[in-house]
Amino acid sequence: MVVANQFEMVCGLEVHVELQTKTKIFCGCTTEFGGEQNTHVCPVCLGMPGALPVLNREVVNFAIKAGLALDCEIAEFSKFDRKNYFYPDLSKNYQTSQFDLPICGKGGLEIEIDGEKKWIGITRAHMEEDAGKLVHSGETISTSNESSVDYNRAGVPLLEIVSEPDMRSIPEVLAYLEKLVQILEYTEVSDCRLEQGSVRFDVNVSLRPFGTDTLGIRTETKNLNSFSSVRRCMEYEVARQARVLNAGENVVQETRTWDEGQGITLTLRSKEEAHDYRYFPEPDLPPLVIDKEWVERIRKTLPELPAARRARLQTLGLSAYDAAVITQAKAMADFFDEALTYYTDAKTLANWVMGDMTRLLNSNQCSVVDSPISAKQLAELLQLINKGTLSGKIAKSVLEEMYSTSKDASMIVKEKGLAQISDEGALLGIIDGVLAANPQSVEDYRAGKDKAIGFLVGQIMKATKGQANPGLVNQLLKEKLA
Amino acid sequence: MESVSIGKSVSEQHELLVHKDVSSTELTKAYIARIHSVDPDLQAYLTVLEDKALAQAAEIDRKIAHNEVLGALEGIPMALKDNMCTEGIRTSCASKMLESFIPPYNATVTDRLQAAGTILLGKVNMDEFAMGSSTENSYFAKTRNPWDLERVPGGSSGGAAVAVAADEASFSLGSDTGGSIRQPASFCGVVGMKPTYGAVSRLGLIAFASSLDQIGPFTKTVRDNALVLNAIAGYDPLDSTSVAYEKPDYTKFLVNNVKGLRIGIPREYYGEGIDPEVAKGIQAGIQTLIDLGAEVSECSLPHTEYAIPAYYLIATAEASSNLARYDGVRYGYRAEAEDVLGMFKQTRAEGFGPEVKRRIMLGTYALSSGYYDAYYLKAQKVRTLIKRDFDQAFEKFDVLLSPTAPTTAFKFGEKSADPLTMYLSDITTVPINLAGIPAISIPAGFVKGMPIGMQLMGKAFDEGTLYRVAYTFEQNTNHHTLKPSLSGEVLASGSR
Ligand SMILES: [Zn+2]
Repeated sequence: MVVANQFEMVCGLEVHVELQTKTKIFCGCTTEFGGEQNTHVCPVCLGMPGALPVLNREVVNFAIKAGLALDCEIAEFSKFDRKNYFYPDLSKNYQTSQFDLPICGKGGLEIEIDGEKKWIGITRAHMEEDAGKLVHSGETISTSNESSVDYNRAGVPLLEIVSEPDMRSIPEVLAYLEKLVQILEYTEVSDCRLEQGSVRFDVNVSLRPFGTDTLGIRTETKNLNSFSSVRRCMEYEVARQARVLNAGENVVQETRTWDEGQGITLTLRSKEEAHDYRYFPEPDLPPLVIDKEWVERIRKTLPELPAARRARLQTLGLSAYDAAVITQAKAMADFFDEALTYYTDAKTLANWVMGDMTRLLNSNQCSVVDSPISAKQLAELLQLINKGTLSGKIAKSVLEEMYSTSKDASMIVKEKGLAQISDEGALLGIIDGVLAANPQSVEDYRAGKDKAIGFLVGQIMKATKGQANPGLVNQLLKEKLA
Repeated sequence: MESVSIGKSVSEQHELLVHKDVSSTELTKAYIARIHSVDPDLQAYLTVLEDKALAQAAEIDRKIAHNEVLGALEGIPMALKDNMCTEGIRTSCASKMLESFIPPYNATVTDRLQAAGTILLGKVNMDEFAMGSSTENSYFAKTRNPWDLERVPGGSSGGAAVAVAADEASFSLGSDTGGSIRQPASFCGVVGMKPTYGAVSRLGLIAFASSLDQIGPFTKTVRDNALVLNAIAGYDPLDSTSVAYEKPDYTKFLVNNVKGLRIGIPREYYGEGIDPEVAKGIQAGIQTLIDLGAEVSECSLPHTEYAIPAYYLIATAEASSNLARYDGVRYGYRAEAEDVLGMFKQTRAEGFGPEVKRRIMLGTYALSSGYYDAYYLKAQKVRTLIKRDFDQAFEKFDVLLSPTAPTTAFKFGEKSADPLTMYLSDITTVPINLAGIPAISIPAGFVKGMPIGMQLMGKAFDEGTLYRVAYTFEQNTNHHTLKPSLSGEVLASGSR
């Protein structure tokens, strides 16, 4: 891109993440996705006269947890404020949010691009309620004959995470988002289901000539809902702003919207038309005081975060690449760690998890949490290989059988007779013992009583706990008796 | 028997019920008859619930027939201000906006009074969304003062005050944001308590100004007031501003003794605009308390003069946001228009009355960017100073005393043309709401045939001491025994 040579891009992000509490932020309604229109509602989230909010403590727990995972300061004293604006999806025509005293203060996370590490600062993160959803008969609210509102989403808890304008390229932005989503998933504060709109992004972009310190005039593009939209939107916006600047004009400070179909951004409202939200402290909710004990209680519930986990797996002998792949999603890393408690060869385990396990899961479009093979079962299979019971090749087919039946490896091996004692020397020793112990049967067989061989085979199988290869036993026995 | 019994106090009616001298059905019927007879003139009621009330009464009578123990308020007919939600019963806030609004839930106070076995006679008139001091701002009716039908009952809980003063209910609940219980109690000659902010749940009270609103009882006697507060006060986990304090039995404070009690008279409450006759009446009341052994001296609440501007900034700011939800989308009045924005505008233009619109505009302005610091924030600082004034006064005094209102009830239209004059008459009541402390208005005599009220202010959650002073005063005076005469009929006074 030509522009990249002329201008430096400066980007900051606001990420709205749905917190996966069971109930809404200010009432007892379920946060479950879907459901008939306006069935997950009550007087509080419908903004009925006389209704009052009660803060869901679990939302605070989740916000503290996310804040700690993002290295944020947790405010001892924070409060809620009303953000006033009229829109039909907003049941009270104000959104209860946090304005000047958010729950999470300064923090940040580290990204890595081509081996180079960079710290991206987080300015703040605050709790707020989601709005309802407008359903139009036509394209937009102004062109529709009819619009209805579904308030099922109204009051679903959100955490808005605001970054510093620290990102200088689109890959940095994407790395930041991936890292952020990964951390949120790890802490299990959000399932981050982008396709259900549980994460939304506002992108602030400005350009400035390389080598200058002052920030250029920025635009904010609101309500993007996928990484690819963010990427495309930024590509478009950077090019657009560069064109404006190259034409000797000024970028207009404004709020823009992303048109997914056309792949362009459009003016939503200018600075002059910007909403005056008339923020003021929410009088229906007392300030939120979070003491040290509360923070420490939540800190104890923090899982090992991706960076720490990666480092640990590397000390177990995994390559940086393997460790990154395993820890990409928490569920996979958890599976790996559980298997590791039964099977200690991390490198072999990683190969199986990243290889055949992942292939099986992917081809069945199954997530690791729903895997029909448990971590313990996978570990047992690998143990069988170590013991020499199974060859690696047979083990792969056993794994497939395990996937379709959820049976233990040893069970399958037994049922299918896969655990063969194929060592002739070992079998001959056993056969010799059985023949010596049963001279009468040997006599009978040699006298033409074919049935006697059945008895002898049975004795050999008994001696090998059924693991001797019956075909080989028959063959060796006949050779012996011949 | 029946017509006499409606003039009696709650505690006397309780005795009548317990001794089967009168049934709850008879009592309820008597009140309904009374409403039919006087309410066409007084217009206290917006909704009368004859059938429901009689059904409730019949149930209580069954209990009485079975000699079950009767609670202090069981079988007692009462009325609720029409901003307290009642499940399945219209709750209009005296606004066109909510003319047909039927809540699917009860306010906590409704639930508590229901649990206490009271009989809900109906919903009573008020200034639209509780904004006003005369009940003239009701969309539906002009409630008249039973002492002089040419005069206002006060407001915003005018209907609730009149219902009790004119024996149209044994007691009632009002709400007080800046004096809306105490001022009409004063104008109508009844007892009205604004409890400490956080003592009574606001859940289901249609909000005017959330940080100031508080529900409280109107009663004929101080004892009745304590009985009703017993029933409605106490922590509600569903109101986050409700306080988990140890609720006492308020009747325990009803002792006829104020010896040694320190009473402060804030000089700022006797400023310009106070009717000298009212001041004289209150002075007589003070003398009574001195004679009974109270230690009375003057004190100062220096920031009082800033209370009115601070109050009208904070109250309107909160109201502008609280009333934003009335947009025609989900419930209430909806005007037809070309598009959504048009519907919003038209609905609010047609659904709200002028005083409500005036306050929404004031509040919106006070919160606007560029003005927030100068208005809202400064008002909050004044609020802190006013609280501090009271804290300092209560280091020296147990109770503060003032006239409840600077004048007696004024005539219809006398002040409604000039909102500012109306606002200024709240000077003796709004500081109490800003400070969040309790205050009670009790009958303290008459000026030219109109009642005056004495206001007693107390420390937060010290309603008990207010009841003690009020009770002592009541036991040693007879102001509260006088009744307004209606339709040429002079009602018998209470039992005493
Ligand atoms: Zn709800």
